[in-house]
Order: sequence, then C-alpha cells, then structure tokens
Amino acid sequence: MNKEKNSYIFTYSAVMVILVAIALTLANIFLTPAQQANILVEQQWQILKSVGKALDADEQPNKVNYIRGMYEKYIVESFAVNSEGQKLEGKDAIKIDLKAEQKKPLEQRELPVFVYKGDNGESKVIVPIRGNGLWGPVWGYVALEADYNTICGAVFDHEGETPGLGAEINTPEFQKRFVGKKIFEGETFTSVRLIKGGADPSNQHGVDAISGGTLTSNGLDAALSNSLSPYQAFFKSQMKK
Amino acid sequence: MSQKESLFSAKNMKLLTGPLDRENPVTIQILGICSALAVTAQLKPALVMAISVTVVTAFSNLIISMMRNGIPNRIRIIVQLVVVAALVILVDQILRAYVYDVSKKLSVFVGLIITNCIIMGRLEAFALGNKPWPSFLDGLGNGMGYGLILVIIAFFREIFGSGTLLGMRIIPESLYISNGGFYANNGFMILPPAALIIVGCIIWFQKSRNKDLQEK
Repeated sequence: MNKEKNSYIFTYSAVMVILVAIALTLANIFLTPAQQANILVEQQWQILKSVGKALDADEQPNKVNYIRGMYEKYIVESFAVNSEGQKLEGKDAIKIDLKAEQKKPLEQRELPVFVYKGDNGESKVIVPIRGNGLWGPVWGYVALEADYNTICGAVFDHEGETPGLGAEINTPEFQKRFVGKKIFEGETFTSVRLIKGGADPSNQHGVDAISGGTLTSNGLDAALSNSLSPYQAFFKSQMKK
Repeated sequence: MSQKESLFSAKNMKLLTGPLDRENPVTIQILGICSALAVTAQLKPALVMAISVTVVTAFSNLIISMMRNGIPNRIRIIVQLVVVAALVILVDQILRAYVYDVSKKLSVFVGLIITNCIIMGRLEAFALGNKPWPSFLDGLGNGMGYGLILVIIAFFREIFGSGTLLGMRIIPESLYISNGGFYANNGFMILPPAALIIVGCIIWFQKSRNKDLQEK
C-alpha cells in the first residue's frame, strides 16, 4: 500500500484522532469525581485558612479528612445572597462558580457567604473573591468580623503569577497586611486598596502593594472591590441587626 | 537473524543504562534543561516530574514504535505530537486526581512536557526505526537519565535552600540564626539559576571522571 497517498494520510489521521479522543474522554469521565473532590477540599481549606484555622493541615497524616472535619466543625452555615442582600433558597454556596457568576448582570448574581463560629462562640463571615492578575486568574477568601466591616483574615491564590513578584500574594506575609483593615467608611463602601509605594499605617482602607508586582496588585485590587461591592446591601442589612 | 533475542540481552540493557551516564540526555545531549531549572527547587515536585517524563517517554516511544510501519512519512511529526500530547494530558489528569498538591506546584510544567526535547528527540532518533521493546527500554532509560539529574539537582537545592528533604527537616532548627545559631539558608538555591550551576558541576564531575566524554 502506498503510504504517501493523500487518501491514506487523511484516513490515517482521522482514525488516529478519533481513537485518541475516545481514550481521553474515557479518562476524563473516570477521573473527574476524584479531581472535583480535590478542588472542593482545597476550597474548604482556603476558607478555613482565611479565619486562621487548619494552617497545620500539611503536617496531618490524613490531610483530606482533617480539613473536612475542621470545615464541618467551624463553618456552621453557608448560603447565597443576591445583590439586594436577600437570601436565596436552596443554593450550595461552595459549588457556586464565581467565574460564571461574575459574567452575569449584577441583579442575577448568586453571592456565596460562609459563616464561621469559633470555639468561644465568636462568629465571622467569609466571602470569596475572584479576578484577573497579570497572567491568569487570582482568587481567594476574605473573612470579616461580626461587624461586617473589619477584615480579620484573607487568603489569596493564583494560577501563574510571576514567582517572587506577583506570586507573593499567596504568602502569609502579604495576607497579614489585610488584618484590621475596613471595607466601609461610615455607610460608604470603600473596599481595600493596594497602594503602590506603600500605604500609610493610619489608612484603614489601604495596604502595601507588592513591589515589582504592580499588575498583579492592580488585578487583586480590582478583584477585591468587584467581588466585595455586590455584598454591600447584605453587609449593611446585617450591620443594622 | 532468525534467532530470537532475549528481552534483557546486553544490547537491550545498554539502552536502559546508557542514558543514565554516558548518553545522559541532560548533561551530555543538553536536552530538557528548561524544565530541569523550573521544577527542582524541592525534591518532591522533581520526583513527580521525573516519573511523569519517564512514563511519557517510555510509552510514547512504545506506541510510536508499534505504529512506525503505518505512519505516513509526511505527517510523522504531527502523529508523534498527537501521541505525546494525549499521554501528557493523561498524566496531568491523573496527577490532578491523585496528587493534587503536587499537580498545583507543577501546574504549567506538566503541559510543557509536550515540548520537552528529549521526547521528540527519542521518537525521531530511535522509536521510528526500532522494534517496540527496545524502544520502550530506550524511552525508559532516557526518562530515568533525565530524572536522575533532576533528583540530584533538587537534592542540593532543597537541602541548601530550605534545609529540608521531601519537606522533612534535615538541618536542625536550633542551628539557625533566628534561633540563636550560626546558620542561614542559601536563598540563591531557591532561584532557577542555582540549577544551572549544579548542572554545570554535574557535567564537570562526569566529564572529569570519564575521559572519553571530553571534547578534543
């Protein structure tokens, strides 16, 4: 048979590509449940880390069970609200896809909220953030005190920011800067800004941006204000209670 | 030759062990350097990368060798790419499902296995002209040769850069300056250029030990 005939080449490549596609589809079908379970645990861990829990999960013999247990114990409630601050029924907050939500018009968005209750009965509320850094998405969780205004912890992560520069957003040193900052000035939503050249320590709404990571800092700044501002109505309604 | 060659004949074993030393893809053929810099700051990602690359080179060599009589010459590079890409996607999916932490650390580098010169190099140079079993051994050998260098680099980088091995502490905390000792980690070891210097040292060591490898 002539292997260099066009008809042979076309048939050969078509058959090969179809076989490869079938193999990859099968692999995907069988591996997806395990992958999603991993992503879920990762999310739960980030939520716990934003309130300073489960920081030692890496040293635990069974990390996955440890995180699940801690999540069950401390995250007492999770629900979704809309931009008017009303609770939406029957939503699983942790399964909400933020990327898809952010493409919707504001009034149709489902905004996840996680409620933490500590050992001494103190409660905190945790909301997710998401946006674009320099090379890819950045995301994280911001935990607020019971006044719905003061940040008590934050975690951020990224897909592929520049190591040593933008990638520093996932270090505890950077995340510590957010503790104690406020997202409201009186009744007005201010978000927390990342300030290039350093924030004045007396500034309640600003933290130091990352030197050399300006574009990542800008992205995170936008992610914070875009993701937190839809919650305004909800936070304000809770403050009055 | 009608006589069947045994599976582990001296010739076949040479395919497996050659790349570990005299024909090492990294230090002698200078292939796959980029990923050797990227994933060797710690031992664990380096090990996973080494295993992943070994699996991909071995099986892509095997598959291409089995297909070699049917592959139309004009599209052979495309066929090779499809096979390699499919295997890499499989490896990536498996890592995501079973070693999620590591897959997060390796992130883009797993996808970049596709562009690792060692794989295409072995397919073109060996698998297209040899039977499946020797090709499989050749792929395995080259993957391990690459992995060996990765592990050596990562060993030095992790122990001097972080004072740990596989995440376990080797240099006692009490020796550190912050705890009243005299020792500090070498921050340079964390950065990619440190890997280049270690590769250089390995080549130096290897060539001074084995005079045949020295260029005249």
